[in-house]
Amino acid sequence: MKKLLTATAVVALTAGSAFAGGHATEVKLGVLLGFTGPIESLAPAMGSGAELAMAEVTESGKLLDAAKVTPLRADTGCIDNGLATANGEKLLADGANGIIGGDCSGVTGAILQNVAIPNGMVMISPSATSPGLSTMDDNGLFFRTAPSDAREGQVMAEILKDRGIDSIALTYTNNDYGKGLADAIQSSFEAVGGEVTIVTAHEDGKGDYSAEVAALASAGGDILVVAGYLDQGGLGIIQGALDTGAFDTFGLPGGMIGDSLPANVGSDLDGSFGQIAGSDSEGAEIYAKMAADAGFDGTSAYSPESYDAAALFLLAMQAAGSMDPAEYGAKIMDVANAPGEPINPGELGKALDILAAGGEIDYQGATGVELIGPGESAGSYREIEVKDGKNATVSFR
Amino acid sequence: MDFLNAVVALSNFVLIPGIAYGSQLALGALGVTLIYGILRFSNFAHGDTMAFGTMVTILFTWWFQSMGISAGPLPTALLALPFGILATMGLLVGTDRVVFRFYRQQKAKPVVFVMVSLGVMFMMNGLVRFVIGPGDQRFEDGERFIIKARAFKEMTGLDEGLAIKTSQGITVVTAIVVVAVLFWFLNRTRTGKSMRAYSDNEDLALLSGINPERVVMITWLIVAALATIAGTLYGLDKSFKPFTYFQLLLPIFAAAIVGGLGSPLGAIAGGFVIAMSEVMITYAWKKVAGYLLPESLEPDGLVQLLSTDYKFAVSFAILIVVLLFKPTGIFKGKAV
Repeated sequence: MKKLLTATAVVALTAGSAFAGGHATEVKLGVLLGFTGPIESLAPAMGSGAELAMAEVTESGKLLDAAKVTPLRADTGCIDNGLATANGEKLLADGANGIIGGDCSGVTGAILQNVAIPNGMVMISPSATSPGLSTMDDNGLFFRTAPSDAREGQVMAEILKDRGIDSIALTYTNNDYGKGLADAIQSSFEAVGGEVTIVTAHEDGKGDYSAEVAALASAGGDILVVAGYLDQGGLGIIQGALDTGAFDTFGLPGGMIGDSLPANVGSDLDGSFGQIAGSDSEGAEIYAKMAADAGFDGTSAYSPESYDAAALFLLAMQAAGSMDPAEYGAKIMDVANAPGEPINPGELGKALDILAAGGEIDYQGATGVELIGPGESAGSYREIEVKDGKNATVSFR
Repeated sequence: MDFLNAVVALSNFVLIPGIAYGSQLALGALGVTLIYGILRFSNFAHGDTMAFGTMVTILFTWWFQSMGISAGPLPTALLALPFGILATMGLLVGTDRVVFRFYRQQKAKPVVFVMVSLGVMFMMNGLVRFVIGPGDQRFEDGERFIIKARAFKEMTGLDEGLAIKTSQGITVVTAIVVVAVLFWFLNRTRTGKSMRAYSDNEDLALLSGINPERVVMITWLIVAALATIAGTLYGLDKSFKPFTYFQLLLPIFAAAIVGGLGSPLGAIAGGFVIAMSEVMITYAWKKVAGYLLPESLEPDGLVQLLSTDYKFAVSFAILIVVLLFKPTGIFKGKAV
């Protein structure tokens, strides 16, 4: 027992000194995303986005004392609370100074409650959109560069109304994200006078969705809105509904927007439409170009948000002159919002200079970042329509 | 006309998907039930055996496609299926030699076998993901539909469409052929009879000179063929994803137990009971009722007995009821 105590003490001491030693030279940011699981096709471009911002800052050599920013990737599985929490703990043990993530709303809540809050760690999620996260008591530790689904519900209702659709059938993936979004769409659509014929859940990871499709078809409606994941049940439902001729057109919220959906379903999906967080800001184009140069697709869902999440961390650290979450956490809202010099992607070096000189910045980034309320994006959306087997942006809202 | 519409709507959304899904479950449950009947344990690795067989079939399908070989309107996977079966036979006989035979010689208890099969399941799980990855694979080609919903509407002038996918047609035809061959084999051939004898009474079978190792090997060979066929049909109809196959284990076992473990006939009945109950009890009857009932009686609500969230609860409720009142299953299998 004595030996064990000594050993622990020694480990604690060396860990402490290692931390202090690395202070001036290395900033570690955890990239805690669902590299496996329902959104595994989106996660790589999200991770690359976050790492792009880190590489940019490291290259500029202007953060703190020419700090090197190292990403630490870890997996949430998107729906696996146990895995996500364990990996969150692991990131802290590895000395992360901030966590970019989680990705799906359920695991994000779990990491926040079990890892971030007890340890006073700051988290910025690029893609968790559940309205429930807005009201969670987070001690000012949680931010997101993606808007809440309550806002997406309003936008979707507007789009449906503008396209002259009076009634919808609605199915959602049975988790925090799906339920929250479905509630938001239903209440917003009914508020503008639309009719929701049925609201039904579907489970991800099942092969057979004929029962769900049968119930949805029987209830009827002009279109079917699928608040699910494009790699999972959402795809199965759409395939089933098309095969049986139950619905021809689909409403696709954020989780269903991605290149793999039109590719998997084929030309039958043409004419379906939806929306995903995104803006027509100048930053979006610059970012897409930077991503293309770096060799990944910057228009992939939540990739720009990930870049912004990483950038916000590093800018806030510069503004606070510290990589201690307790000190830089309060600065995140300052660097994200006016007043100050607007900052686009690729201008992080300039922003770091301004902050170092004591000036103010208004980080715009790849998504026109504007943090409101409890630290979440105000939310502009791209309206998407599937044309010729591709997701095409038709307007911004 | 309204009556026809009601029938078509019901067939399109309930009967056809239910029968196709039921056939797939029945083929899977047959494999489980054969192992239970002859080797006397519940093989948890069955779902992943299906995944392995399907994976090999997919790899051969891709190879054939790249060489330009196709089966015309039928999916190429049907040509690749025999190779998938051969590979799976190799895998299962190999697993038996390396793993299960050891425990058989130890005369291990059935529960030990179940745990061993759990281990084998994880190994196969990893193997499949290692080779083909955890993602969705689509390998369907050829004509997708026998009848398309829209074409049916134009042809008949009805308001309701009827769609039959090629994969659904193939599934049902294949299931009937396979089941017929299997029953002929078990009831008419010498080897089949020796298998049944071994299943009924191991000691008596040994006394009458039946070679147990041969019976066991033939069982594995048949199970490999059944699992690969079931898996490939399922993959053609839906899509191939290792995790989905792992989850299929639950309805397959429910089907085998409801029908009566160890009874081939029961496995088939069980497959259809589970599939139909999942689709029917959660079906919203509004549309069908709307066609059949006079206008004044038309329902406002969905006329849905249970929300689709509960579809898995339905199969397990049936399972529990059967176990409570008829522990041997519908067709008098072995007591669990």
